[in-house]
Amino acid sequence: MTERPAPQRTPPARPGTPTDPEAVTDPGVSASPGTATDPGTATDPGAVADPGVATAATDPDVDLHLPAQRAELRTRPVPLLGAIAAGGALGACARYAAALAWPTPPGAFGWTTMAVNAVGCAAIGVLMALLAAGRLAHPLARPFLGTGILGGFTTFSTYAVGVEGLLDDGRPRAALAALALTPTVALAAVWAATAAIRRLLAPGRRRR
Amino acid sequence: MSWLLVILGAAVGAPLRYLTDRAVQARHDSPLPWGTITVNTTASAVLGLVTGAVAAGAASTRVTLLVGTGLCGALSTYSTLSYEVLRLVESGRRRLAALTVAASLLAGVGAAAAGVALARALWG
Repeated sequence: MTERPAPQRTPPARPGTPTDPEAVTDPGVSASPGTATDPGTATDPGAVADPGVATAATDPDVDLHLPAQRAELRTRPVPLLGAIAAGGALGACARYAAALAWPTPPGAFGWTTMAVNAVGCAAIGVLMALLAAGRLAHPLARPFLGTGILGGFTTFSTYAVGVEGLLDDGRPRAALAALALTPTVALAAVWAATAAIRRLLAPGRRRR
Repeated sequence: MSWLLVILGAAVGAPLRYLTDRAVQARHDSPLPWGTITVNTTASAVLGLVTGAVAAGAASTRVTLLVGTGLCGALSTYSTLSYEVLRLVESGRRRLAALTVAASLLAGVGAAAAGVALARALWG
């Protein structure tokens, strides 16, 4: 969710603003052009070459600021919710498999859950950078891969209940460490993955 | 059987997260990701309840697999949350990003504790 204005299919009238023809013609990836809330986008040449910053959705699950995503539930509810359900089941099974392979002893910190979340956060960074660059044009790519598989793979509830369990056991320092470590690792993962894929994709865009 | 329970729970949980996020966004257009915070907090409360029920002997491991690993696991998400925080940081709204993380953690752990406490009150 953003406070940005509703996305436009047409490029903004602001002089000097870069026009990305892919983002304009592809409703699946079109989004807000550089806006007043993001002053770096219009003038920074690095941001001009970077498709991810200006054209991506903010919420990977669904972003109602994007017309294509606002319409998707009405135009194709069954394949959409089916793709999310199937992806969610696949992701949850992968998480369950990891929990079986590396079980967490009772009362211990859930390293497996943290690793699962870190991998999922890196993967969402890769996915969103690819989507923003128009590399995954299928309308069900985001719902299946992002909302479904990665949303089902990662989990917040196991993390929250795990921290609560450590508090309950009278281990406030371990709880605090667990509380802080997971978001730190998760944010580092999504940031690093997003930056890496944007860098990889940036030169290739000119050749297409 | 275990896998089927996880699949069933997740096949409900993931679409439920999508629909909840849509419903919240449609009502509250805010830079803070309230939809994601809502599903994560709700799933933490329900998983706390299930965990407390299992600890009290009132629920079986099958319930944990269906409702905990499957439903709550797929209803909640870390990937969506972290990407939304990244986007807030990238757009220069660092305080909102920090607020999103703090609100998610406080609400999630608080909801988990409330779920466990409720389970103890009901079955303890």
